[in-house]
Amino acid sequence: MRKGARLALPLFPAVAALGASFGVLARTAHLGALAAVVMSATTFAGSSQVAAVSVLGAGGGAVAAIVAALLLNARYAPIGISVAQSFRGSIAKRFAQSQLVVDESWALARGDLGVLLGVGTVLWFGWVGGTAAGAIAGQAIGDPSKFGLDGAFAALFTALLATQVGSRPRVAVAIAGGVVAALLIPFTAPGIPIIAATAGVVVGVRRR
Amino acid sequence: MSTGWLTVIAVGVGTVLLKAVGPVGVAGRRLPTAAERLLELVAPAILAALVVVETFASGRQVVADARLAGVGAGVLCVLARAPFWVVVLCGALATAAVRALN
Repeated sequence: MRKGARLALPLFPAVAALGASFGVLARTAHLGALAAVVMSATTFAGSSQVAAVSVLGAGGGAVAAIVAALLLNARYAPIGISVAQSFRGSIAKRFAQSQLVVDESWALARGDLGVLLGVGTVLWFGWVGGTAAGAIAGQAIGDPSKFGLDGAFAALFTALLATQVGSRPRVAVAIAGGVVAALLIPFTAPGIPIIAATAGVVVGVRRR
Repeated sequence: MSTGWLTVIAVGVGTVLLKAVGPVGVAGRRLPTAAERLLELVAPAILAALVVVETFASGRQVVADARLAGVGAGVLCVLARAPFWVVVLCGALATAAVRALN
């Protein structure tokens, strides 16, 4: 767990900054500071939270916001199953620990539960703390897109992807997944392209 | 209940359950080798999709905007073996700079 915490420390300011941007966006969607912090503490999945408040802010209503966010988080079912074997102990313990699974902790851990929990814990505090700061200081910060935080998300996922493409089948799967997502963006609800991209694994299996 | 709180609670409960499915449902049990191989390949597929969506998607539209500069800076940082926080900082700065110039 200590190794994971050390791995995650460099990510802490970035995650706190992204949390702050979510806090600001939540205010613009008329979500109170407490609601924004509760959402970060329970949902703890950045892109889905930003998607939910953007739908609310655009007047899309609760149902559209909930469906969009849960579609974006549906990937945590296969992600959770892929790391499930490293979890031990009672159901309550595994349930609590499973909440620390996020894209970054899962990608950095590569099956090491201690690393996953260390990264997840550090990022949880950064995310929730950043959200509180952003929600309270919201108006003063202004437009978060001016700070390029949306582009920072894409850059971070690029770096995380780079750690996952060590062999030719994995490169092929990444390309297939990216192409599937790109093709579906115009035709499906947000979130669906990311889920559908899992179909890209077929390319990797065939190549073995 | 307000629209905001309804969304917060429903998304929170749903996400908590989605994250728990694997670790609570199949912990300690070994999956068939073929399934394991398949699940190992889920990582690059989903991360690539996240890169594409976070870079090019604006709702249902495919757009090339300032975020492209952020990804470009991210790629350069990865090639230079920079730590994650440098990647994020460069990605934000490049995106903000291009956006300011437009």
